[in-house]
Formats: sequence, C-alpha cells, structure tokens
Amino acid sequence: MNIFVCVSHVPDTTTKVQVGEDGKSIDPSGVTWILNPYDEYAVEAALQFKEAREGEVTVVCFGPDAVKETIRKGLAMGADKGLHIKSDQPRDSFGTAKAIAETLKDREADVIFCGRQSIDYDGWQMAGLLGEMLDLPSVSVAAKLEIKEDGSIEAVRDIEGGQETIVSKLPAVISAQKGLNEPRYPKLQGIMQAKRKPIEDVEPSPHENRVEVLEMSKPPVKSAGKIVGEGPDAVKDLVKLLHEEAKVI
Amino acid sequence: MNILVITEQRDGKVKKASYEAIRAAKNVAGELNADVTAVLFGADEAAAKAMGGYGAAKTVHVADEKLNLYSNGAYVKSVVQIAKKEGADIVMLPATALGKDLAPRLAVRMEGALAPDVTELSVDGGDIVALRPVYAGKALIKVKVTSAKKIFSLRPNVFSAGEVDGAEAQVEAFSPQLDDADFVTKSTGTSIASGKLDVAEATAIVSGGRGLQGPENWNLIEDLASALGAATGASRAVVDAGWRPHAEQVGQTGKTVSPNLYVACGISGAIQHLAGMSSSKVIVAINKDKDAPIFQVADYGIVGDVFEVVPALTEELKSFLGN
Repeated sequence: MNIFVCVSHVPDTTTKVQVGEDGKSIDPSGVTWILNPYDEYAVEAALQFKEAREGEVTVVCFGPDAVKETIRKGLAMGADKGLHIKSDQPRDSFGTAKAIAETLKDREADVIFCGRQSIDYDGWQMAGLLGEMLDLPSVSVAAKLEIKEDGSIEAVRDIEGGQETIVSKLPAVISAQKGLNEPRYPKLQGIMQAKRKPIEDVEPSPHENRVEVLEMSKPPVKSAGKIVGEGPDAVKDLVKLLHEEAKVI
Repeated sequence: MNILVITEQRDGKVKKASYEAIRAAKNVAGELNADVTAVLFGADEAAAKAMGGYGAAKTVHVADEKLNLYSNGAYVKSVVQIAKKEGADIVMLPATALGKDLAPRLAVRMEGALAPDVTELSVDGGDIVALRPVYAGKALIKVKVTSAKKIFSLRPNVFSAGEVDGAEAQVEAFSPQLDDADFVTKSTGTSIASGKLDVAEATAIVSGGRGLQGPENWNLIEDLASALGAATGASRAVVDAGWRPHAEQVGQTGKTVSPNLYVACGISGAIQHLAGMSSSKVIVAINKDKDAPIFQVADYGIVGDVFEVVPALTEELKSFLGN
C-alpha cells in the first residue's frame, strides 16, 4: 500500500500572533513551529493503516527548508520517508494543493491523509482540493474511520449537533478530526532513526495565487469589563446587567 | 450577473445559516449589479419560496430524492450545472460541516478559488473584499479572490439574516444530470442528539473548564445552559482529560464561536481558548482567581467559587426569565 500523509508546519498554539513588516502575514520572530496538531491524527491514521496491511508511509510537506524539521517529526512517529516540495514563496491553499497534487499524481497513492485544517490559515480545504485535483473521492473531518479489505470506507464525521456517516472507497483523500485516534509519541529510537530516513526534494511548477491577501490586522482588543462582585451574592446584579445593559437576556 | 447561494436543510428544515448567507449575498449584490439566486436541495417548494423573504430573487429547487442526503461529488456537479445555467461567477455558502466539505471541491471544479469562513463582506472597486479570521481569530486578513470564479464560505452566526419582508422567490425546479459515479462518496444518514445545540450554531454558550473539578459536576453547566437555552462548551483541558466530547471544545484546536452570550465557568482563559471565543458579543466569566486571564476579555465577571455562583445564577435566571 502506498500511503501519503500531508502535513503542515505551523506556529505553536501558545504563539502570540503579531503582524509582520509586510502587513500581510505574521511576524515569525520568536515563533516556535510545530507539526500541525490535526496532522498528528493523520500521521497516526497512516501508520495504523500501514500496520494493518503493510506498505509505506510518506510524509509530504510544502514550504521552505525549515519544514524539513516537521517532516522529521512524522518520520520520528514511524513514517518511512519524506517528500519535501520546496518553495520559499508562500502560497494560497489552492497553490499548495496544486503543488502536492502534481507531485503525487503519478505516485499511485492508495490513500492520502491530512488534518482537517491547519491551525494557521484555518482553511479546512486540503482534502477537498486534493480530491478534486487528483480526481479522487474525499472524506473530510473523519472522527471515526473504518477501511475494509475491499477498499470501501465508512467514516463518521462531526456535523452540527451530531454526526454523519459517510461511505466512500479507496483510493481517497481523508482528513482527520481530533479524536480519530491517539497519536503516538515519538520514542527516542524513532527520533534517532528519523535523522537517517530519506527525504526527497521536489521543485513545484510555478503558480500564481488566486487569493490575494490585502492586509493582516489584529482583532480589536476587547477591554476588560467590570467585576460585578464576589460570590453568589453578585448574581442578582449580573442578571440585571445582562438584561438592562447588555440586553442579551 | 448572479450570485448563487447554496442553502442547506436537514430533515426538511432550512438551517438559519442559509438565511444568513442569502442576506449577506443580497447586501453586496446591489453594488455588484447582481441578483441572488438560492439553491435548495430537498425540502419543499414552500421553503424554496420563503427564501425570497431574505433577498433571493429566485430559488433553484433540486427535488431529486437521491440528493436529500449529502454527497460531495453529486452536489459539486449539480452546483456547477446550476451556476452555468444561471450565469453565476460568485457562489456563497454557509461554512457549516457540509459547506466546508463542499466548497473546496467546488472551487477547483469551477476553476476558481475559495475564501473560507468569512466574517465580513464588502465591495471595493466592483470586487468583493472578504475579511476572515486566521490563527483561530488571533489575526484577521482581508482578501480578494482574483480568479474569475469566486467562492466564499460564510461563518454561521456572524451575518444577520435580517427581517423577513414577506417577498417570495420565483421557484424553478431543476434536475441535475448525474451518474452513479458521482455518488461514490455519500452520506448514509445522520444522528443528531435530540434537543442538543451545537456550539458553532448557538446564540448562547455556557462553557466549563478545569474549575469544575470533574465530569460528575457537569450538571452545573447543563442546568445553567438549560436556563439560558444555551449550548454547552468546554475548554481544551477538560476535553483532553476525557470529561467532555471534542465536539464541545471551544478554542484553537476546537471550534471558534461568536454567540451573543458566552458564559465561561471555571475557565482560566489560556490563549488558545481566548482565540476561539473572544469574538463573542457579550462574555461573562465566573472564576475564583481574580487574576485569571479570562477576566481580561470578559464584559462582566464574578470572582467566586463556581460551585456556589453557578447554581445561584441558574436559580436567579430561572426566576427572572420565568416572569
């Protein structure tokens, strides 16, 4: 089985985002970069898929040389090799998907996993974009997943107020929701081995962005409101304020 | 020119986010000299007509039973056929679970691009400018889609559906040309917890954090939520601890929410939680630590023990709202 998992190199969730000098992207100084949290579920799903069937797991990432560090995290978890689509120019989601799709097009993927969203640009797009570009079915935000021997897929995805069961079949692109599995921690041995695992470099074809960022700003700072009081005695005043001042009840 | 708005129904009932999307489209349509055409899969003709009350001049009603349940392949193909027929270069849809799944496939099939999860739309020089939160709301970006075909998914609960003005949309039945291959990926059914509101759709949310000390105390949160008609949410810490399901998690690795009222109980306010809820219109915080960061974003705070304050607030609300 030829298993691919697409990962993203993103600022840690504790990052205090500041707007960079170009006014269109974040200031990267002092930012700690991590493997996108949702991609950990995707890597784990890929490893479990391989363990049940045999095959090879390739971690794919688009971006500058720094993303190799994130590819190595996937390798340390147990993936076999990396695929680095090199670019110093950031792209929109469409352009990133296009670079991945053209790279994977002739590699006969049986399954491609990714996270439901990257926690930087929060686009929730990759499964659908890749599916459409590679002419493959896509199942997004899978919270439960069963892939049967005949390649049929049964996934449960979270929807508003409940869940939806989706059927599909391999080869397919599947994006992982938190809760799909428990991602394994890389062991020391895995981290050592990851350093020796191969990472292939690929140059993407040129792309013109279709979504242009005009400016980035910080949301208006919410000023701290009032402390209504202490303890249960304050609830009367709170309810009054919510009704008369805030007018939300 | 036409703006197509893809609406969504479940069990025959049109979702509120769909009306919000129609109204949002209508609000920019004037400056673009465009009409709004809604697309409705399933439900009935009355529902299709009623979309006029929110600003749709016309509703294309797809009453093929096979499409009552969602299939991304079949929906994409249907929408592409409708967009072509209606001469629509712009498609808007709610950024719901369905919309988020459909929009990227649609963008590629239409040879356009998608601005996802938009919270504000405006027109500048004849072109749509969309504002969208990134980094879970820690920053905002203004974007333009530069391709000829443009797709915008709109965050639920942010745009106002406005007042219904009684107008009726012209309804046109449409049967898309579909093959079995378009249904390779399809929904076989949904299970909705009865009476349960989802945090992403709710107009009020009561959330609990580690201050609740254990899942056995969640009745405090549920009782307050029930008094307010609110959904229940949770911090990442309690979801990671297994006290609550992930569907309730509010924050950067959960859901980003913007209800009218957000009540945070026993939540200290880690940056990744604040990112997910600070765009709520009114925030109430109840925490025993007066220095907790949650008070920095709260409009109203009570410093105190959640085990005392939350039940007192529930009782006070019950008697207040009962009158």
